[in-house]
Order: sequence, then C-alpha cells, then structure tokens
Amino acid sequence: MSEVATEPAPSAPSSAASAARRRWRLNSRSPIMITFYALLLGLVVGALVIITTTPAVLDAWRGIFHSGGGIFHALKVTWDNVGAAYRAMFNGSVVNPVSLWHSVTTGQNWEATLTPLSETLTYATPLIITSLGVGIAFQTGLFNIGANGQAVLGGVAGAMFGSMVHMPMFFHLPLTLLCGFAGGAIAGLVPGVLKAYTGAHEVIVTIMFNYVIYAFLLFSVLSTPFQLPGQQNDISRTIDPSAQLHPLFGVASGLRVNYGVVVAALVVAFAWWFLERSSMGFDFRVTGANPAAAKASGINAKAVIILVFVISGGLSGLAGIVQAASTTHYIDGGFLIGSAGIGFTAITVALLGRNKPGGIVWASLLFAALGVGGRAMQGATGIPLDLASVIQSAIVLFVATPVLVKEIFRLKSAPVAKLELATKGWGA
Amino acid sequence: MRLELRGITKRFGSFTANDRIDLTVEPGQIHSLLGENGAGKTTLMNVLFGLLHPDEGEILIDGEPVRFANSGDAVRRGIGMVHQHFMLVPVFSVTENVVLGFEPTKSLNRVDYKRATEDIVRLSAQFNLQVDPDATVENLPVGLQQRVEILKALSRDAELLILDEPTAVLTPQETDALMAIMRSLAEAGKSILFITHKLKEVRAVADVITVIRNGRVVGSAEPTATEGELASLMVGRDVELTVEKSAFSPGENVFEIRDLVVRDDRGLVKVNGVSLDVRAGEIMALAGVQGNGQTELVEAIAGMRHVESGTILLNGRDVTNKTPREVLDAGLGHIPEDRQRDGLVLSMSVADNLVLNTPRRAPFARRGTRNLAAVHDNAQKQVRDFDIRTTSVDEPVASLSGGNQQKVIVARELSRPLAFLMASQPTRGLDVGSIEYVHRQMVNHRNQGNAALIVSSELDEVLALGDRIAVMFDGRISGIVDPTTSREAIGLLMAGTAGATDE
Repeated sequence: MSEVATEPAPSAPSSAASAARRRWRLNSRSPIMITFYALLLGLVVGALVIITTTPAVLDAWRGIFHSGGGIFHALKVTWDNVGAAYRAMFNGSVVNPVSLWHSVTTGQNWEATLTPLSETLTYATPLIITSLGVGIAFQTGLFNIGANGQAVLGGVAGAMFGSMVHMPMFFHLPLTLLCGFAGGAIAGLVPGVLKAYTGAHEVIVTIMFNYVIYAFLLFSVLSTPFQLPGQQNDISRTIDPSAQLHPLFGVASGLRVNYGVVVAALVVAFAWWFLERSSMGFDFRVTGANPAAAKASGINAKAVIILVFVISGGLSGLAGIVQAASTTHYIDGGFLIGSAGIGFTAITVALLGRNKPGGIVWASLLFAALGVGGRAMQGATGIPLDLASVIQSAIVLFVATPVLVKEIFRLKSAPVAKLELATKGWGA
Repeated sequence: MRLELRGITKRFGSFTANDRIDLTVEPGQIHSLLGENGAGKTTLMNVLFGLLHPDEGEILIDGEPVRFANSGDAVRRGIGMVHQHFMLVPVFSVTENVVLGFEPTKSLNRVDYKRATEDIVRLSAQFNLQVDPDATVENLPVGLQQRVEILKALSRDAELLILDEPTAVLTPQETDALMAIMRSLAEAGKSILFITHKLKEVRAVADVITVIRNGRVVGSAEPTATEGELASLMVGRDVELTVEKSAFSPGENVFEIRDLVVRDDRGLVKVNGVSLDVRAGEIMALAGVQGNGQTELVEAIAGMRHVESGTILLNGRDVTNKTPREVLDAGLGHIPEDRQRDGLVLSMSVADNLVLNTPRRAPFARRGTRNLAAVHDNAQKQVRDFDIRTTSVDEPVASLSGGNQQKVIVARELSRPLAFLMASQPTRGLDVGSIEYVHRQMVNHRNQGNAALIVSSELDEVLALGDRIAVMFDGRISGIVDPTTSREAIGLLMAGTAGATDE
C-alpha cells in the first residue's frame, strides 16, 4: 500500500495513466485481498473452534439424534453462540453500537463508548513500534527474533532514567524515551556486530540474547538503587510523572489511550520515510533483496547489518519504554516476558503487514483488537480468551500460505512471488 | 554397456538447454563431452541420470529404450554419476558413505560393516582406487573424496560412469591419478562419459570427443585434433558480427594492472601474475575459455575479491583492495558476468535498478532523502535512450526479457561519468538484436574516447570489438594480439599451447 501513496506526477502522461490503473487494480489477485481472505478464513476457523468446544452448541447438535430436536434449532443455537462471541469481541474492541447510539442521542457516557477503542489503541501502540523495528530488519533480509529482549532492555534503561533522574518534563520525557531507544539499540548492536564480523547467525544470537536480558531485568529490579525502596519483591521504582506518557484525555476520563500514540505515529512516519524514501533505506532494501548485487553496487554490507540491528533494536527498546511509561509506570521481573512477549507477536504482525509501515499499523490494530476483544468475549460469553490467539494464528497461517487461500477461494494465479518476500532471510 | 541418446531436447521455459542431442557411448569407451559453461552439458547429464525428464528424444541402453523416472532407475540400469559437487556425508567413514542407501545387512537388520569393508577393499584393488575404508571423509583430500564417489558408483554395479567436471577441483597430480583410473576402468569394460571444458585433458584421455555449444552438438573430433581446433569448435560462431568502429587512435593509459595475483574461494591461485593496460579510446578484449581466471580477475578489479599481490591503477589512482564503493567512485563502470546475481535486484523496479549504484548522487537524493521524481525522470529518459522495452518504469525488472535486463545495466553504467568500463560476458544468453545493440553501445563509448575492457569467451565478440585482444589461459595472459590475428592462432593461445606459457 505504501507504493500506492504519493508518487510525484510522472512527466509522460501515458505511463502515469497506466501506473494509476495498476494502483487501483485491487482485484482478487492483489496481496491485500489475500490478506482480507485470510482474515475471513481465520474467523471461520475461530467459529469452528467455538462450535466444537461450546457445550450448548454441541448439545443442540446431539439433540437432533437423541431428543428429536430439529436441525434448524441446532443451526440457530450455533448462529447465536458464534454470533454472540464475535459480537462481544467487536463491541469490546471497537465500539458497542447500542452504547454509541445512546451517546450520540443523549451526548452522555462518551467515556464508556470510547473505552473499547481506547483499550485497542493502548495495546496497539507499543506493538506498532516493535513491529516496525522487526519489519525493517525483515526488509533487509534479517530475522530479528530478539525484539522482545530489546524491548525489555529499552524498558529497563528508560525506566531507570525516568525514575532515578529528576528534571522538568520538557527534558525528562524525551530523554527517557531516548534512553529506551538506546537500551534496545545496544541490545541490537551485539548480534549485529557478531553477524557482520563473525557471520554468527542472527536468529541464534538474538534468541539467546533474550535470556541474557531477562536475567539482567530480574537482577536490576532486585538490586538497589533501581528496586523500589523498602521492597523485597522484584519491582522497580516508579517513573516520575515528568517522564510518564499521560492519558490523552486526562486521568479523569478513564480512557487509557495516551501520548504513546503520538510517539507511535512519529515512528510510523519515520519508518515510512526510511523504507520508502531515504537513501539508507534503499540500501537496506537492496541488501535484503539481493546481497550480491548490493555488494557489487558498493553497499557496505557490514555497516548495513549493524545499522539494521541498531535501528530495529532501538525501535523495540522505544516500544518497551513506551509500554512502561504509559501504563504501569514501573517495571517488574515479568516485564513483557509473558506467554507471548510483545517482540514475538511483533514478528507475526510484521509478517501480516508485509513489512510495510501502513500494513504493520493495520496488522497491529487487528491483533490488539483481537486481544482486547477476546477478553471482552470471555467476560460476556465464557468462551476462553485463547480463542483470540487461535484466530490470530490462523490468520497468519493463511497469509503465509497464499496458495491455499487461492485454492479455497478459487482465485486465479495469486501473486505468490510478492508474498514470498516476507519470509526471506532464513537461508542466508 | 552401449548407451545411445537420440534427439534429446530439454527446454526450461522459452530457453532450450538441449536441442536434439545425439550421442553414442560404446562399451569400454571414454567419451568426452566438451563445451563451455552454460553449453548444456550438465543438463544433458541430469537428463541421462534421471534427474530431469527430456521433452523429446529417447535414451537407449544396449539398444533398448529406457525411461528413468528418477535417479534410482538410472542407478538400477547401471548408470553411475560423480557430481561436480560431491554428494558425501563428511562425518561418515568411507565405508559408510559407499554403502549409504544400499547397506548390506545381517540378522536383525544390522549393517554388515565387515562385508561392506571387504567389498570396498576388493573394488579398490580391482580398479586401482586406493583409499582407507575407515577414514572419515571430511579428513580426506579432495582427490580421495572423488575416489569415494567413484567407488560408490562402482559398488552399485555401474557400467557407465558419468564424470561431471571431475578435474575442476583437483590438483594437477590428482588429475593425473584420475586419468589413470579412468583408463583402467575403461580397460575393465566400463564406459565413461567425461564432461569437461579443459582441452588438454580431453586430448589426453578421450577416445571420442563430442563438442556441444548453446545446447547443440556442433561437431565431434578425434583426440588427435589440435587444441586450437577444439577451442574454436567450442566457442564457435553463431552470429555475424560487424560493428562500425572509428579509426583507432589510442590516448593515454587509463587503466593498468601489474603482476596481479588473486585466489578463488577455495584458496587456489586463479590469477597468477597478470599485467594489462587499457588506453583511452581503446577496447581491450580479454578472450579465453571460461574458468581460466577471468571471473576472479574481474571481481578483483571491481573490489569484490581480495588481491593477494600486485596493483590496480584506475585513472592514475591506486584502487587495489579498495571497496566496491571506492572503485565505483573512482570511475569504474561494471557490467557483471552474472547480471541477475550481481547487476540487478529483480524484485525492484526498472527505475530503482537504473540508480542501483548511484542512489545518493544528485539529483537522485538530497540530504539522505531520495528524489523519486528525479529517479523516475531518469528512468523515462534511459528507457527512451537505450530502447529498454518495458510497459512502465515501475515494473519489476524481473518482468523484462534477458536482453532488456542487460540494457538496464548497460544504460545505468554508460549514463554516468566513467573513467573506465569493464564488461564481463556482456552478451551471454542474449538474442541477436540485443547483442548487436549492446555491441554498438560499447563501440560508441569507445569512439567517444573512453577505455573499456571486455571479457568474453565468444571469439566472434572478441574479434568484432577488440582493438587489442589479450588471451587468458590458466591464470596468465598467454598473449596479446591484434584483431587481424587468425582464429586458429587465437584458439591456440586460448588452449595455452602457444605464446608465453610455462607449460
């Protein structure tokens, strides 16, 4: 989609016309449509899981054989349950139409109406930043599996500065964010240098480096002076209000969406400029697409590899401090390490967004919405939150297998070659 | 075993790799298949070994037509293949490698290593293939690893052995040993199909020689044929080439190399003390059969390969062991041998490829931000000037034909200020029209008083373009002649049998 955007008017009118025609040819063969179909299939898979795991639905189908229930009754129960689950998901992550109508007509309760969207944005913010970092590495043909560790180190570095150094907000907040970037950049520098000078495979090094950083995280929050004074637990000092990313609409609004969104928007703009417009980004993309040609064209491969990891790690680190400075305001021993850390989700998101800034924004919002909506669905219908992960995984599986999607929807020759790019880099 | 190939044709898309090839190998005969890289030798062997299926034609063994679904079928019919790149498990012993996939077993399905070792010792003695059956393969020198491959084929009762460029990786001593082995195998009644582009070896060992070029059999020869005759058969002439050149009036030395020594990836010396100079207004053509060090020489000049000793001077500047960026900035224009690997990024647009090595130069970028309008305008202009056939400059370069892809590179290199142009196999695989076009561009460049080095294994191209012709053989310049020299004389130089060689 980024190539759809602003291209200066070409001089020759004929080619401009043909280019325009090409741009708007959003037919079934476009990669964007493949992603859309994958989304649809993901929801179908989710529905199948709901059907096969919800007792009420299963009972209705069994009833056809045992207690003489009708097939229409079974279909209706199925429809109701699946519909209720997806409705709860949508209402919980985007907007509840009833509540919206109420707010529009009465002018009241806007906070409650906007809460789902605010939550989705809050979750999406650090994910967008991390995924852009991972995406830039992917475009250069490198797998940064260490984004999670880089985010953690960025969070630790930023939180240290934000909690232990005190100054006015005008300096404090930017420097805190910068420290976060620097922490992630240092975590990225190590695998970058090792790859450039010794050929050590970045996948192995970054994975292993994650554990080193997790251990450092635990060490840091258990040692003075970072540990919260008077505490025995693995918890850090609180980040100064002058270094926090405050809620956009004030604490009183109850909406958690915060100035991290602004940071994310700036990063998106930077990433778009970097990949699509900058000379350095061009070098990166050439290196990713054809390392031999990059070398022959005078591109310094070592410098590119190191810089990619510094930028990719730095963005992950920035995501880490954005997360810490906006929501919790402190760091504990389990910071970002949960079952699926943000850095690993970012790999999937970057893949889904085809490593393009625009695509990554949409993919992040989708994943955040599924996560937030999943929680709402669990509350409303009792269907476990894990269904959201099932849908997320299914979407990515379908995106990664365009041939399968093509078969299912009977599309003629999908542009497979374009899709392969996302998964390059393992062989190198 | 008597093997006969009749009208074998193999196409890859629109490219015909093998075109109606006929070939007969008699029992006990060493049949040599001679041809340049890319002539279609390996494709033919893969067809014969069941790895590829011919589009037309048939294979006959002892007069009976056979069809191989896979290489297993070929092995069962007594065909053995020794690949150019060995198919051995480095950490296994010689015995384990030889029996792999066909292990003799005793009770409870245990591998009978004792019997396997005995078989190997017996085969080794019978065919003079001494090798320690218990040695680990990765510890063996390349020549012995090759013996293991041969043993592997023999242990599966191969009657016909295909040796694909077997001497490419061998030292001269190992090569001599291999020749002896081949002769003893032939005496024992085995047939051998020996694929190579090395003339000396062919004459030393072959009973019959078949020469293929561009996928076709272009002739056969007796081993008594001179190397000059064989060389001119191999590089042959396909197109009539006549390019108008203005009178030759060379200027000052623009490019100079002195006593250059360069090694390949395996550490073998491939360029062994080459000295060469090119003057303004001159095309120096570097002729020679592929694999005699031209590739390494070109890579070293472009800054892509380490120079062990010697100097490279470009426009009076020492560019020895500089980075590709520095060499390009010093004024080198480079049309690489493998255009799709080194010259283009296939997934990127024509416009981006046209500024591939100048993305930062004005007006294509300012302070780190690319000026896409300028890139686009430049592309429109080059597409017009160089007659690049594409529906749009935004198309990925992969969608262009080979000839037009090459035009993209030629346009990119010739449209920026150059001190010196180096083109490697600039017309390989191109259609006649594109060849003529590329040639004209190079001659124009020279007529404007520029210097160029054109590396080619096509004799016609060398004769048509070169103001002087340097011939490379075995890492050295075997002679520098002018283009009025006869094809035979140049053929002799290419074969290393005339001029200043030390062999």
